[in-house]
Amino acid sequence: MPIGAFIVRRLGLGLLSMLGVSILVFLFLHLIPGDPVDHLAGGEATPEQRAKIERCMGLDGSLPAQFGRFMGHVVDGTLGHQCPDPEGRPTVAAMIADVYPYTVALALTGLGFAIVLALPLGIAAALRRGTWFDTLASIGALSGIAIPNMLLGPVLLLWFFVDLGWLPGPGETGAAALVLPAFAVAVHLMAMLARMTRSSMVEVLGEDYLRTARAKGLAERVVVWKHALRNAIMPVVTVAGLQFGSVLSGSIIIEAVFARPGLGYLLLAAIRERNYPVVQGCVLVIAASYVLVNIAVDVAYGVIDPRVRRA
Amino acid sequence: MMTWQPGRWSPSVWIGATMLVVFVVLGVFGPLIAPYPVGDLALDLDHMFAPRSAAHWLGTDKSGIDTLSQLLWGARKALVLSVTVVSISAVIGVTIGMVAGYARGVVDEVIMRVVDVFLAFPGLLLNIAIVAAVAKPGLPVFIAALCANGWVGYARVARGQVLSLRERDYVLAARALGASTPRILARHIAPNLVAPLLVQMSLSFGAVIAAEASLSFLGLGPQVDHTWGAMLEQGTSFLWKPGFRHYALAAAGAIAWVILAANLLGDGLRDRLDPRQRGRG
Repeated sequence: MPIGAFIVRRLGLGLLSMLGVSILVFLFLHLIPGDPVDHLAGGEATPEQRAKIERCMGLDGSLPAQFGRFMGHVVDGTLGHQCPDPEGRPTVAAMIADVYPYTVALALTGLGFAIVLALPLGIAAALRRGTWFDTLASIGALSGIAIPNMLLGPVLLLWFFVDLGWLPGPGETGAAALVLPAFAVAVHLMAMLARMTRSSMVEVLGEDYLRTARAKGLAERVVVWKHALRNAIMPVVTVAGLQFGSVLSGSIIIEAVFARPGLGYLLLAAIRERNYPVVQGCVLVIAASYVLVNIAVDVAYGVIDPRVRRA
Repeated sequence: MMTWQPGRWSPSVWIGATMLVVFVVLGVFGPLIAPYPVGDLALDLDHMFAPRSAAHWLGTDKSGIDTLSQLLWGARKALVLSVTVVSISAVIGVTIGMVAGYARGVVDEVIMRVVDVFLAFPGLLLNIAIVAAVAKPGLPVFIAALCANGWVGYARVARGQVLSLRERDYVLAARALGASTPRILARHIAPNLVAPLLVQMSLSFGAVIAAEASLSFLGLGPQVDHTWGAMLEQGTSFLWKPGFRHYALAAAGAIAWVILAANLLGDGLRDRLDPRQRGRG
């Protein structure tokens, strides 16, 4: 398949899953019992006030009509309005746009940390296979997978903010304040990637072409860093990209721990206030980011490795 | 193709299985050996935040309830929750996956597109979205939320296996002899799914515990007292309190224990079943 057709096909499939995601999000919030009007209107609302809110939210229409309205908001880019006063308050899209950069910065820094720490660890463990270093790295990676990150976040804060005072605490948004939350986001992914790097490197190191490279007299350094690493790193980078979604949902917890503005923080606040349009918008945007990153990873992989395009 | 190979089990399997057995035994018998009662009736305001002592090995919490007893009751709740979620997810997922893999064609295509949609959601986000949609989420809602994305993994594994199993000679022979489709699926194909599904079940055991902890931490938990997630939530919010750090660590340790056990066992089983996948992910 030529690369153009591959990209078009991949984008088409991505659009299809976005449509599915929209339907799913819509169904959750409309079929599951619970009345959003009750919450917005408060206890002593008159029937007229309730009717006004219902009209504003489009809840007086049929289910298909409501879905059409919802998709209309997706297409016109507002992602919905906040009732009962749509003019006086920002659109859902505007609220999300305000905090989106914070979450992206957190997720990307976390992803960066994970890759930068995982690769050397995994490579070193593969090169020293079977030694105490390898065992130690495995134990470290397993602990990283097992430790709940809602504990890791507060513990990091306790050490580096309360006890040592090296890094800024909750509620700050500068570059230095990014370090702890990004690290907390990174740990789980880092552990996974280190394990993958190790196994991928071990596999590649046993390949025939490396024996050839050694046999023709190349220095071990060149064999490892040029011939082996390049091939070993491919699956790791793919997984790193595909795990972006888990980093995004990890950010929800970390933003709560560090009181950082972001999509997760907005989502949780909206859930507490039962502000359904904002909940819907946040879920949709996080899922859309995830789908887009997956497409980008697939396309990049297709460009690098033509074999992928055949499927 | 994943099949059982003869040979030794790796230490990873043994350690993971042993840790898991400890968890299951504590989950079943823990409440019986718990030194103190838990719950609203156990409220003891004279002994709030008690330090570790002979009477309370791990101290007490903000309500004066014994920490060790909470951990043991929490084990029961974690066990019930994970067994329920894993069983429901497995039954739904395997059924859907087998249908897709056996029917192929349009049915398969439609089911796999639906699976893609669920995969387009980061798992935790889907759980949050469902729990958040319900005004007063109880335990059933919570279980449903965890199953909503839990079935997907089983469906993929089952479909992949069935796609290749259905072309095996013995299946073709059964069909030629006039066996009905349900009979072929139940008698000839399903037994071969057991091994790969054990891997998936083991791995998702830990995932359920982790998800419960995450949701409880965010205040979206199953609204049941003394789950490990709820303990971790209380522990981290009082982490600043001197002498109370061990409470959060105890809850986190219990959670990490199960996740570690599930991963060790799952990875070990997978290596045994499919050596090519060794150490992946």
